[in-house]
Amino acid sequence: MIHMNMVTPLPDLAAITALQSTLVSALRPILPEHALLWEPEDTIPYECDGLAAYRKMPLAVALPETEEQVAQILKACFALEIPIVPRGSGTGLSGGAMPISQGLVLSLAKLKKIINIDPFTRTAVVQPGVRNLAISEAVAHLGLYYAPDPSSQIACSIGGNVNENSGGVHCLKYGLTLHNVLKVRGILMNGEIVEFGSLAPDSPGLDLLAIVMGSEGMLAVVTEVTVKLIAKPKLARVIMASFDDIEKGANAVAAIIAAGIIPAGLEMMDKATTRAVEEFVHAGYDLEAETILLCESDGTPEEVAEEIERMTKVLEEAGASGIQISQNEAERLQFWSGRKNAFPAAGRLAPDYYCMDGTIPRRNIATLLKRIQGMEKKYGLACLNVFHAGDGNMHPLILFNGADPDEWHRAEEFGTEILEACVELDGTITGEHGVGIEKINSMCVQFGEGERESFWGVKSAFDPEHLLNPDKAIPTLNRCAEYGRMRISGGKLPHPELERF
Amino acid sequence: MSSPQSSAQLDLFREQIINAAKYKTSLSIEGGGTKSWYGNANHFEKLHTSAYSGILEYQPEELVITACAGTPLKEIEAALDEKNQVLAFEPPHFGHNASFGGAIAAGLAGPGRISVGNLRDFVLGARILDGKGQDLSFGGKVMKNVAGYDVSRLLPGSMGTLSLLLEASVKVLPKPAATTTLRCQISQVRALKLLNEWAGQPLPLSASCWISNANDDGELTIRLAGAAAAVKAAIPLMGVAVNIIELDPKIAKEFWSNLREQNLTAFTNLETDKTLYRLSLPAACGPISIPNMSYDIVLEWHGQQRWIKAPGDEATFATMKEIASSNGGHASRFKQGADVDPAYQRFTQLSEQAHSQSLEIVQTRLRSAFDPAGVFATSRLP
Repeated sequence: MIHMNMVTPLPDLAAITALQSTLVSALRPILPEHALLWEPEDTIPYECDGLAAYRKMPLAVALPETEEQVAQILKACFALEIPIVPRGSGTGLSGGAMPISQGLVLSLAKLKKIINIDPFTRTAVVQPGVRNLAISEAVAHLGLYYAPDPSSQIACSIGGNVNENSGGVHCLKYGLTLHNVLKVRGILMNGEIVEFGSLAPDSPGLDLLAIVMGSEGMLAVVTEVTVKLIAKPKLARVIMASFDDIEKGANAVAAIIAAGIIPAGLEMMDKATTRAVEEFVHAGYDLEAETILLCESDGTPEEVAEEIERMTKVLEEAGASGIQISQNEAERLQFWSGRKNAFPAAGRLAPDYYCMDGTIPRRNIATLLKRIQGMEKKYGLACLNVFHAGDGNMHPLILFNGADPDEWHRAEEFGTEILEACVELDGTITGEHGVGIEKINSMCVQFGEGERESFWGVKSAFDPEHLLNPDKAIPTLNRCAEYGRMRISGGKLPHPELERF
Repeated sequence: MSSPQSSAQLDLFREQIINAAKYKTSLSIEGGGTKSWYGNANHFEKLHTSAYSGILEYQPEELVITACAGTPLKEIEAALDEKNQVLAFEPPHFGHNASFGGAIAAGLAGPGRISVGNLRDFVLGARILDGKGQDLSFGGKVMKNVAGYDVSRLLPGSMGTLSLLLEASVKVLPKPAATTTLRCQISQVRALKLLNEWAGQPLPLSASCWISNANDDGELTIRLAGAAAAVKAAIPLMGVAVNIIELDPKIAKEFWSNLREQNLTAFTNLETDKTLYRLSLPAACGPISIPNMSYDIVLEWHGQQRWIKAPGDEATFATMKEIASSNGGHASRFKQGADVDPAYQRFTQLSEQAHSQSLEIVQTRLRSAFDPAGVFATSRLP
């Protein structure tokens, strides 16, 4: 088992029951009856997030409806030294919201009011449970939208986005959550309300908003987010280009950037993916192509016309075997439909799939894809590759059957090898899904002891008692030591030559 | 970096840090020394980064440049220029010798900040020596990276009070295909209203500057940048609102560079008993007035960054902070005249801001996590 440290001795059942009743008695006065769950049949939907392979039952689940209730819950748990796992919509893919068996799950899902929309200053103030897409929907009539658009945007919450620093298919041009959030109001583990960032361009002191972004619910509980809204482009068009060779496709990506173009979206799918999705969505993909690129341009009609022309030229020079340009919005959405449905299409090919999230420099895309082809043989499992090619963020989907423990084990090993290849190719183990519980061992590969110790220093600065989502994202020294011992082969760590960057 | 020369330099840095920790003193980090007047004054021994210089990696198609802290900023900009790319946040140099590390530590951005984002938005990774002399690397060279806390983005604007920045990777952008600068005479109220309205429309608005003149009126200069077609299409749209003229490209380029470097008269005529205050404000903030302020105020970033010259005394700064904070922003003493007390606190402190008091202890703990002995505790940034 890779996640060997998760196998801890079972705590005494009586002790757990006692702790649960202490917690419930402490929270009862704070919350309405329907907002506190502790019976297993009520708490079971919270045993995992979008990473369903890892599950745990919490002591209880609290569903506060006001910021004041959140603060009181934190104070109560702080006094009882009971850890808290904050949870948004539960769509996270790295197990960041997996419960702690002797802890509370704090769901922010009921804090879902849009507090204020200001078209003049182009900002919206929203509660953490507001869905990502709901923000853009609420401001659409003003010609504005909220730019980051993770694939799960129908369901995922803005509070979750802040904690994962979520991206999306348009972040090459419009940035990540970090670049689109001005201010976060939150509560420290001791119950104190604080504000990170401001509506002004900067704030006094160190830039604490930057460190709270993507902190996976470990530094503060988010209760309010002020987002930046931007003008909706008048038009968007997409080019679909086929390549008969992976390398040519990867080079075309670099060529577009080198030509001084920042496309609104630049996505890549390999042959296995196009075949799988074509069967599912009938988008008219070129099934003979080794790889397909989707390059989107948005802006004013004049701007789009100019950019589409420039991109077409670059793609032709890069040796595209076929080029199609969307002629209307329906066609644009049709071209995108396959990319957006890659995950459900993978779900049709195999009982389970395991989605990876490494990022590598663009120049290494072809190298990594070829290595993954080798790994498919090594582990006897198929893999679909979809990429945010523009920013080198890749989502290999490893297909397996979870009912077969050996297949799951091989899928995990396959995934780990991909992540280690990403680190070796000058990249990172996670571009946008977060470390959570899933990639915690890979953190031992990406970072050295000194860096990991500094991360704990950051954690302790906000939460000295380590009560806020303490078992996620940052591995302990012991965990890494054990992981190292386990992965030693022939007395050497894999990739001893690696810079731990 | 692994050349023997650079590793010898790292050893020297480490030795200086370890010695400072041993003798319980602090080190004031200095690159090109062009911003030494910025931030709280201190008289600690200097740690000079200029010997640790050089571009380590630059591949234009990756949109990332990695360089040593001591690298001259102009060397970096020249390398980018050759490949038709730029540091889109337009860091001010404030002198010939400005360094890459100094620009990051100061965290300042130029006119483009309002459309492309702050300096910290562009930082992707950093290598540092912490207060124990440990060689640590955070972030990386890719745009999307959420492995571990984003420590590299804590460094911009930290003014050397957290650790010694050795190397950084920052995102770069292609130069816009077309740029044009427009100008008109307009009141402050009208300028603020128009700028915010334009910013809410899909227009290629890249920068703005409004400077008041003696007649309670002022001059608004705006820069459009983007696809040639988009820039061309936008000019008549903006002209509808005001009587606008297009500036000669050479004059325009000089204007934006002088604004960034604060070489315009409105900055250079600072009297010896006055201070140049910087106000960082929300977009909604209307015109503000301070007793005894000079008439020629400068508004950048659609009014979100304002430069006001006024008496340098504590009472005026208190008023400035009060006005900024009641509008949801903050004020700092950016530059002081020669006769103003150099010992004055230059910044708004966390304890003076609403909902920030408890962050003061977080900030103290953060600093001691990276620097337990206080080697970098110069208080240049409170």
